[in-house]
Amino acid sequence: MRTTLAFLGDFGGAVDFIFHKRESYAGGTTIGGTELLSLMWAHLKLSAVAVAAAIATAVPLGLWLGHIRRFSFLAISVSNVGRAVPTLALLAFFAAYLGLGFTNVAFALTLLAVPPILTNSYVGVYQVDRETVDAARGVGMSGQQIVRHVELPLALPTIAGGVRTSAVNVIATATIAPLAGADSLGFPILNAQIYGPEGQIGASIVVAVLAVTADVLLGLVQRAVTPRGVRLEAGDGSRRALALSRKRGVEAT
Amino acid sequence: MILELAQVELHKRSGSGCVQNDGFCPDWIAHNLDRYVDPFLQQVVLVLVSVATGFVIATALALMAHRRRWLVGPIIGVTGVLYTIPSLAAFFLLQPITGRGKPTAIIALVAYTLLIIFRNVTTGLRGVPAGARDAGRGLGFTDNQLLWKVEVPLALPEIMAGLRIASTTTVGLATLAFFAGAGGMGERFVGSQIVFKSNVVVAGALCVLLAVALDLVILGVQRLLTPWTRAGAA
Repeated sequence: MRTTLAFLGDFGGAVDFIFHKRESYAGGTTIGGTELLSLMWAHLKLSAVAVAAAIATAVPLGLWLGHIRRFSFLAISVSNVGRAVPTLALLAFFAAYLGLGFTNVAFALTLLAVPPILTNSYVGVYQVDRETVDAARGVGMSGQQIVRHVELPLALPTIAGGVRTSAVNVIATATIAPLAGADSLGFPILNAQIYGPEGQIGASIVVAVLAVTADVLLGLVQRAVTPRGVRLEAGDGSRRALALSRKRGVEAT
Repeated sequence: MILELAQVELHKRSGSGCVQNDGFCPDWIAHNLDRYVDPFLQQVVLVLVSVATGFVIATALALMAHRRRWLVGPIIGVTGVLYTIPSLAAFFLLQPITGRGKPTAIIALVAYTLLIIFRNVTTGLRGVPAGARDAGRGLGFTDNQLLWKVEVPLALPEIMAGLRIASTTTVGLATLAFFAGAGGMGERFVGSQIVFKSNVVVAGALCVLLAVALDLVILGVQRLLTPWTRAGAA
């Protein structure tokens, strides 16, 4: 393994670190190989908790605001404000005022995940064709039925785009979670004295692969929840790529 | 003079109990604001250089893809992957190639802005009403003239919106540039104790202020460049 990867230089050492255990630079503990799996598990758990909590709060709120078509300023500017706060500052703020540890980091990451989901839920519902909603009302649907059977399905691709943005953001930010006392794949990156350069680069590779994988998978989800009629309308390839990439970011500015 | 002496005395975090308890201490902040000057300026430079470079590259790509639509998909694919790679990981993945320092940080930050700006420029150019294009053609504009005199000006609001998103996001990411050995405000968060409230509040507020200030500057430039949008609104 070592010889075949030698031509990759530092990257060879990093790949070797991902697949093989060794003693830590500081001595005593074993690092690399399967040890990364437990860090990846911690990373995913932290991210999943944060994104799930954000979905549970932001989607209903966004749907409701979009349905009553009010407070658009709030629903949209929350994303702009959210973008302006550096993730490191957010994490440090929570660590300083609430303390270190998994729960507080998860809470900070939830706050980070809420804005794109909230804005996209709002915009997704808001942009549903008014005539479609009138037609639904015309066939005797109640407000609740309209939300569930008309607005939600048509807004789903946009909502999924918001979730995708948030999830990728959260996975990226969870990398700095060890600074605030929660384990994640960022631990080897932030502790060079234990892991050495190959550990830093190895963990960076794993984090990057994790983020790209999450992005691709959630992109597939986004496609899957797009109603067939909307998909047929999307037209030529370049337009579809553009439309999907916009839905993935925050829709309105 | 008195202020300077006080700074020397209070520079080490030994003084009052407030500081020792990692509290929010206005006195400490007033006496230690100078600690933030250099990191802040480094942050400003990182952001400006990265966003400007990203803007040039992404706009060039978008103009290239404007008449060659098949390019849009692949460019969005590649810049999308760059956008997805966490910047902290990107800093370390670049280190074997570009070493530690500002260039590494700037490359990663530029890579991050490409998708945002490319997407907005492309969308803006496509949103130009067919009527405006036809009018331009009627005036005998060549493709190039049409692009610079009709399409780009009409796409400006969308282009500037992309620039605003890119700059605010880059302010946030540039706080992590510290890990690439490029300085910036991250140094203040991570270099000292992360739980020191005074530090968190000042450093965080400075980052937010920088993001808001840049946003307002770009918005101002946009208003100057597109006087007709105001005439319409009034």
